[in-house]
Amino acid sequence: MSALAYARFELRRTLRNGRFLSFALGFPLVLFFLIAGPQRDEHDLSGSGLSAPVFYMVSMAAWGTMMSMLSTGARIAGERAVGWNRQLRITPLSARSYLATKVATAYAMALLAMLSLYVAGAILGVRLEAGRWILMSLLILVGLVPFAALGVLLGHAVSVDSVGPAMGGGVGILAFVSGFWFPLDQGSFLYDLGRQLPSYWLVQAGHVGLGGDGWPTHAWIVLVAWTVVLTALAARAYRRDTGRQ
Amino acid sequence: MVPLTEPGTRARSPASAPDGAAASGVLLDRVSKSFTTPQGPVHAVRDVELAIAPGQTVALLGPNGAGKSTTIEMLLGLTEPDRGRASVFGRSPSDAVGAGLIGAMLQTGALIREVGVRELVETVAALYPAPLDVDEVLELTGLQEIAGYRTTKLSGGQTQRVRFAIALVGDPALLILDEPTVAMDVEGRHAFWASMREIAARGKTILFATHYLEEADEFADRIVLMARGRVVADGPPTEIKAVVGLRTLRATLPGADLDALRRLPGVARAEGRGDAVTLTCEDSDAAIRALLAAHPGARDIEISGAGLEQAFLHLTGDEAEEEDR
Repeated sequence: MSALAYARFELRRTLRNGRFLSFALGFPLVLFFLIAGPQRDEHDLSGSGLSAPVFYMVSMAAWGTMMSMLSTGARIAGERAVGWNRQLRITPLSARSYLATKVATAYAMALLAMLSLYVAGAILGVRLEAGRWILMSLLILVGLVPFAALGVLLGHAVSVDSVGPAMGGGVGILAFVSGFWFPLDQGSFLYDLGRQLPSYWLVQAGHVGLGGDGWPTHAWIVLVAWTVVLTALAARAYRRDTGRQ
Repeated sequence: MVPLTEPGTRARSPASAPDGAAASGVLLDRVSKSFTTPQGPVHAVRDVELAIAPGQTVALLGPNGAGKSTTIEMLLGLTEPDRGRASVFGRSPSDAVGAGLIGAMLQTGALIREVGVRELVETVAALYPAPLDVDEVLELTGLQEIAGYRTTKLSGGQTQRVRFAIALVGDPALLILDEPTVAMDVEGRHAFWASMREIAARGKTILFATHYLEEADEFADRIVLMARGRVVADGPPTEIKAVVGLRTLRATLPGADLDALRRLPGVARAEGRGDAVTLTCEDSDAAIRALLAAHPGARDIEISGAGLEQAFLHLTGDEAEEEDR
């Protein structure tokens, strides 16, 4: 029960954080309307076969969900700065519950970001079968797993002063090389690089859900590899930070 | 190089022996902890042995850098000792924390943002298996009136009270407080210790660190004196006060014979510089009477309470100094 009470508390706190809400939820929504709005009648964006509203809905959902997952880092870094994590460690809340709560909160925020973009997409005329929405959402949620670990890693490895720039800069660069802003040309350097990143497959998850090809084996390998590496690094950062074994 | 021996003035009560009933309370069995700093290793805690029986209120008294906080961190499982073993009610510190047996107020720490006072105390209460009633705790800590405030709106003293409420609300059997009154004003301290008395009366085991002799004297059944990472004295407040309750007597006394002054009743140490003499006194009343009887010409007389640091220097003598090298 105690972990549940703490999760509710985390959620309430997060929803009161205006800065987080504007960056993870507000920013992608505004961008979506600014970019996709004027091109709402473009049905084959850069030869991708996707309409502009669909493409940018998926891209911005990827942006918002990524930001939501990484915002764990900002919350953990902030708590470390005031010594709250030490105070929690002398309560019966276990390390496992603590980390699970962090990840669950991040996922709740990611869901919120994703759903708000879906609604925005629907407003600009995106219509899909129920099965497509569900498949797309499931793939996005799976694609976020490495970012859950990255959030915990950031929180324990980066100070509260640098966690904001690290998140903003990191997501900006990942978005650029992962084809958030425009479809990447096959065979280009960015395309080859992007395919090795979990953020690229996050955008592709959206496209898959919209009737594209399924995630190739390569995508699953990339996802698993990043998850393993980032989880190991996050666990190490957590132990080093707390002195726990 | 002086061999590592017990300081001569060291006072130890038999209560500190780790046996019998005390073993079921709080126990530190020859624990040591060092840290590596850019200036080289720091031996924060050295071979500390401490046993606290359930229901006791113990003050950990010492100047800054004495090793109080590190000792507390080992009891809380926040720090692993390099050597030795810590146990709380027969369990490892982290098991005891997990079972909700410990509540603590750490030395440093602010409160997280975006929460209200009551909300925060309620959330912490929910983490414990059998917490106290939140209203009762808010009442006891004087937070009722500001229960609806956001944590970012509180003064330093109010923040300390919220942290105290967080330590209490789980109804822990052991309460550990690291310099709890540090940010409080006089009135705040008074109220704080009044609520502490209520807690102690409920049979809680309490360990608090302080560098105020008065606080330790007034609220503890027993004082454990720490200096340079060691326990240098351990006993009831009256005993410890005799050891560290030193006063300094300063006077202008031309042509003083320091050896003669040193032999005056109540005087522990005499130093002189020019015409000025400084007497470190165990009993300043006896010393001043004897001084004036022997030297009616003494003037500019000043008696002040010696700081803890000074008392510790007296207590540990030069041995500790050399040991550090």
